[in-house]
Amino acid sequence: MKFSTLLRHIREGLKNIVRNGWMSFASMSSIFISLFILGVFVLLVMNVNLMADQIESKVQIRVFLNTDVDDAKVAELQNKIGNMPEVSKVTFVSKEEGLQILREAMGEQNGDWLEGYSDENNPLMVSYTVEVYDPQTVQIVADAIQAINSMDSDEPIYRVKYGQGTIETLFKITNALRYIGLIIVVGLGVTAMLLISNTIKMTIVARRREIGIMKLVGATNAFIRWPFFVEGALIGLVSSVITSGIMIFGYSQLVNLTQTELSLMLITLVPIKTAALNVSVLIIGIGTLIGILGSTISIRKYLKV
Amino acid sequence: MIEMHDIWKTYADGTHALRGVSVRIDRNEFVYLVGPSGAGKSTFMKLIYREEVPTKGQISVNDFNIGKLKSRKIPYVRRNIGVIFQDFRLLPKLTIYENVAFAMEVIEAPRRIIKKRTMEVLDLVGLKHKHASYPSQLSGGEQQRVSIARAIVNNPSVIVADEPTGNLDPETSAGIMNLLEEINFRGSTIVMATHNKDIVNTMRKRVIAIENGLIVRDEARGEYGYEV
Repeated sequence: MKFSTLLRHIREGLKNIVRNGWMSFASMSSIFISLFILGVFVLLVMNVNLMADQIESKVQIRVFLNTDVDDAKVAELQNKIGNMPEVSKVTFVSKEEGLQILREAMGEQNGDWLEGYSDENNPLMVSYTVEVYDPQTVQIVADAIQAINSMDSDEPIYRVKYGQGTIETLFKITNALRYIGLIIVVGLGVTAMLLISNTIKMTIVARRREIGIMKLVGATNAFIRWPFFVEGALIGLVSSVITSGIMIFGYSQLVNLTQTELSLMLITLVPIKTAALNVSVLIIGIGTLIGILGSTISIRKYLKV
Repeated sequence: MIEMHDIWKTYADGTHALRGVSVRIDRNEFVYLVGPSGAGKSTFMKLIYREEVPTKGQISVNDFNIGKLKSRKIPYVRRNIGVIFQDFRLLPKLTIYENVAFAMEVIEAPRRIIKKRTMEVLDLVGLKHKHASYPSQLSGGEQQRVSIARAIVNNPSVIVADEPTGNLDPETSAGIMNLLEEINFRGSTIVMATHNKDIVNTMRKRVIAIENGLIVRDEARGEYGYEV
C-alpha cells in the first residue's frame, strides 16, 4: 500500500467519525458506560484484595515460653524457629516490652488496670512474635513449633497462639472475595464487549449502501476495511481515554476526601498512582481492542459480493 | 467487448432470469436493452459488472472470463466498467467532488491527478460550479450527471446504465442522452436498459429485446417495438 493511501485511510476514518456524528457519539457513549462500570468494579476489587492482603499479613504466631527458661535456651529456640523455610521474621519480646505493648494496647482509659505492675513484679512471660511469608502457612508453622516443644525434654514452650479457628474463617472470606471479584470483572468485560460491538455493528449496517457503492467502483476489500479500522480504533481509544481520565480523577478525589477517616479505621486504599496505571492500561487496552474488533468483524459480512 | 455464450441464470428462489442467451457486443457500440419488466434486463447487466455470476454458460468482458473470476480479482475488473443506476446511488454525506474523486481514490491515483481529472469530468457533465454541493442540494438530472461523472472518471471501456432516465422528465432525459452519446463518441461501449420509447426511436442504435429470459430481437438500427 502506498503511503499516500495510508494517509487517505486515516483522513477518511477521521472524516467518517464527523460525518456519522450521532452514530459515533452512540458508540462512544456505549463504550464509555461499559468501561466505566467495568473500571469501578476493577477499582473495587483491587481495594478489596489490598484489604484482604493487609488483614492476612497481620496474622502472626505468638510463642510464649515458660518463666523458668534460661537465656541460652531462648536463643536456641529463636534460631530453630528462624531457620524454618516458611518463617520470615522472629522477634523476641522481653517481659518489659510485653508490658509496654500491653499498656499501649489497653490505652489511656483502661491503663489503670495495669497500675502497680512494674519491671520488678512483671507477671508476663517472655515470648516470640513469628511472622511467615505466606499467611496461609500459619497453621503448619504453628504445628511445627509445637513439635519442637514435644521433642525437647524440658518442654520450654508454654503455649503457641495464632488465632486458631478465626484465621481459617478469615482466609475463606478473603479468598471468596477475590474469586467473586474476578468473576464479576470478567463478566462485565464480556458484557462490555458485546454491548460495544453491537453498537458498532449498527453503525455499519447503516452504511452498507456506502460499502456497496465502494465495491461497485472497484474498491478492494482491504481498501474498504481500512477507514473503518481507523474509525473503530479511534472511537475506542478516545472514549477509553475519557473514561480512564474521569475514573482516575474521581478515584483521587475519593482517596483524598476519605484519607483521614479511613486511616483511623486502619484501612488504606490502593494508592492513586498504582490504581491509575492499572485501570488506564486495562480500560484503554480493552476500549481500543473492542473498537478495532467491533468494526472489522462487523464489516466482514458486507464485504462478501 | 462483451461476449455471452449460452448464459443461464437461475436465482435461489427458482426464477429463471435468463435461459440461454448468446450475444456479442463490440467495442464502441451503443446498445439499448429493451423488454417488459422482469424479462431479465437487470440480470443481463448485473452479469456484465459481475454483481451476479451465471448459473451456466460463459461470459467475457474485455477478454476476461468473468464467470470464473476469483473474488480477489473482481475489483480490478470493475474498475474498467462504469455503472449508472436509475436511483443515482451517490453517497449523501460526500460532496459532488468527493463522490466523483472517490472512484479514483479507489485505484490509488495520485491526489494531483485526482483533482485535475475530477474537475475535468465535472466540467464535461456541466457541474463544475457545483463541486462543493451535496447530492441533496441537486436536482434529479444533476444527480444523474454526477453519477455519470463517477462512472466515466476512470475512463472505463464499458458503461452499463440501468434505466438512467427512469426518474427524469423528457427534457432532462434528452440532456443525459446527449451526454452518453458524447461518452460513446469518445470511445466507451455503452449498454443501456430503458423503457423510454422516444429515446430509442429517436437515436436509432442497436436494440436488443429480451423477453422471458431470451433474446427475441436484435436489430442494428432498431426501434423500441413495444406499446407504451
